Amino acid sequence: MWEYSEKVQEYFYNPKNAGVMENASGIGDVGAISCGDALRLMIRVDPATDTITDAKFQTFGCGSAIASSSALTELIIGKTIDQALELSNQDIADFLGGLPPEKMHCSVMGYEALRAAVANYRGEAWEDDHEEGALICKCFGVDEGMIERAVRMNGLTTLEQVTHFTKAGGSCATCIEGIEEVLAKTNAAMVVEGLLDASEAFDPNEAVRPVRRPKAGKSPLAVTLEPLTKPKLTNLQKIRLIEEAIEGLRPFLRQDGGDCELIDVEGDRVMVKLSGACVGCQMASVTVNGVQERLIEKLGQPLRVIPV
Amino acid sequence: MRPVYLDNNATTRVDPAVVAEMLPFFTEQFGNASSMHAFGAQVGGALKTARRRLQDLLGAEFDHEIVYTSGGTESDNMAILSALETQGARNEVITSTVEHPAVLALCDWLERHRGVTVHRIPVDAKGRLDVEAYRKALGPKTAIVSIMWANNETGTVFPVERLAEMAHEAGALFHTDAVQAVGKLPIDLKSTEIDMLSLSGHKLHGPKGIGALYVRKGVRLRPMIRGGHQERGRRAGTENAPAIIGLGKAAELARLHMADEQTRVKALRDRLEQGLLQRIGNSFVTGDVENRLPNTANVAFEFIEGEAILLLLNRAGIAASSGSACTSGSLEPSHVLRAMKVPYTAAHGAIRFSFSRENGDADVDRVLDAMPAIIADLRSLSPFWKDKRPGAATDAAFNPTYA
Repeated sequence: MWEYSEKVQEYFYNPKNAGVMENASGIGDVGAISCGDALRLMIRVDPATDTITDAKFQTFGCGSAIASSSALTELIIGKTIDQALELSNQDIADFLGGLPPEKMHCSVMGYEALRAAVANYRGEAWEDDHEEGALICKCFGVDEGMIERAVRMNGLTTLEQVTHFTKAGGSCATCIEGIEEVLAKTNAAMVVEGLLDASEAFDPNEAVRPVRRPKAGKSPLAVTLEPLTKPKLTNLQKIRLIEEAIEGLRPFLRQDGGDCELIDVEGDRVMVKLSGACVGCQMASVTVNGVQERLIEKLGQPLRVIPV
Repeated sequence: MRPVYLDNNATTRVDPAVVAEMLPFFTEQFGNASSMHAFGAQVGGALKTARRRLQDLLGAEFDHEIVYTSGGTESDNMAILSALETQGARNEVITSTVEHPAVLALCDWLERHRGVTVHRIPVDAKGRLDVEAYRKALGPKTAIVSIMWANNETGTVFPVERLAEMAHEAGALFHTDAVQAVGKLPIDLKSTEIDMLSLSGHKLHGPKGIGALYVRKGVRLRPMIRGGHQERGRRAGTENAPAIIGLGKAAELARLHMADEQTRVKALRDRLEQGLLQRIGNSFVTGDVENRLPNTANVAFEFIEGEAILLLLNRAGIAASSGSACTSGSLEPSHVLRAMKVPYTAAHGAIRFSFSRENGDADVDRVLDAMPAIIADLRSLSPFWKDKRPGAATDAAFNPTYA
């Protein structure tokens, strides 16, 4: 059973704005019955103010698809079209108190339906940028073509890199064998084309490399002899340690075009601001968790990282 | 409100009599059956009784034809991998398109990484095996055939006795994944040509984590797990004594309840199925209704999605399952229903109700009461449904861009 938040359940059991809208100003149809998800979004727009005055939806899909559709209508009603278009699929997920990673595509469907409906209202053609090819990572909807392109354009040679660049394999990890196959195939082709040195290429049969860890200074048994309660940190010490930890993480965030800044510390609550590519990223909550883990490790006491 | 459990093909409740039989083997009788002392001897005796009970349920000629494993998946893997080793130059496997992933995923892997040729025999719209295609696939290169006795999703039963004879005519071994059949259908292995059979304890009111592979005497077996001498060296590792003993009791109970399964449980299933079809339009039964397990009903409700149905059923205290994509996190609907060419509009909304001897008339009534409103509510949300009939989907007004 999926772990749906209470908000998702509420919006599934009692969806708001479900049904047909007669004479809608714009209609967006996305999804496909073969995929088990399809959504029709209908919007009414006041042409004088360009404001969405009403929205309705019809959805064929699972619990989170229905909840995401309903959440979308709640989010856009009362907004101008430009304001509505600023919404990301993460906003839909956040509105619902989060979605399981495997269900994030439901919020993406809402995001795309809005674009389709606006295009329909404006009389433009809307084309989705969905890629062709076998779907490899079902959690993030990453297909073979997307992985191959990322590998080629960026000269990727490890599974971790592919996950960082495409998110593929970043959630349930059941597709790792599939990613490795695409990576090996693409790297092999790049070697043949002279784009990659053979010694760099991903080789699934490569021998295990030794990982040298720093030797422990004392017997591992001695660890248990340390006092269990660490001396309480002063606020200043705490802030310094947090700053240091964030500094250590920054290169990884920047690598993905994002950044993180410390705003304030109140007791065990650490307020941070995510910026750059982190904003609206599907993985933002994963990033926040990562920052939190690192801080807990460094400070040796429980705390919560809250994006503001 | 008492919950209604109709997902017995997924797993069953361990019978209290089975639990009672197992308990002493966690506490007082904790010995290792291999030990020389009295602690071990007690357990050894109980294991012997358990093996005989399972032998009786299967109608096997010898009790040592049973090799205990961790479950159906291990048994399936062991059978197929062993045959590829013992069958010399034969390196082809025949299976069906509707097998459990325990067989299909292994075959995919063998094909990709071990150079094994895999023939996947198709089924017709009712889920019946294409026996002609099977006959043609058999040949001098066939190492093993692995075809299920009964399908977990639709309950459709394959004619495995005849298929086994055909395999032997081609010199191939015959294995059947009978995880869903054992305990629900009368089985008498000694009068068949089946070489190997997989079963799982938790599908017949036994514990989880225990299963067995029946291996006909004389069939050569290469162990998948090597180590100690347990199970005559065919499956190493200290016996899971409490679970084996529990499975023995479960097998005995299944034999006692076989007639009930074939009559009363079957009647419950039929009443549910007929009641649903009468009350709800645009719905149909999938699978071979003439030839299926007595406990399984798979009903497809068109133009809605299975997970949404299950969530609403769950809220009404009813547990069922679906082959729907969304419950598994993948986008494709059930491979079984797709193999039967059930249209996407219906495959996504297929719900499986699977009964056991613990169900009664009240359970059927509860589903019949709850289901019509659930289906109507979801259809009112569906863009493929309009004014109480299939709408947009058929008049092509709803034609979304793939996203």
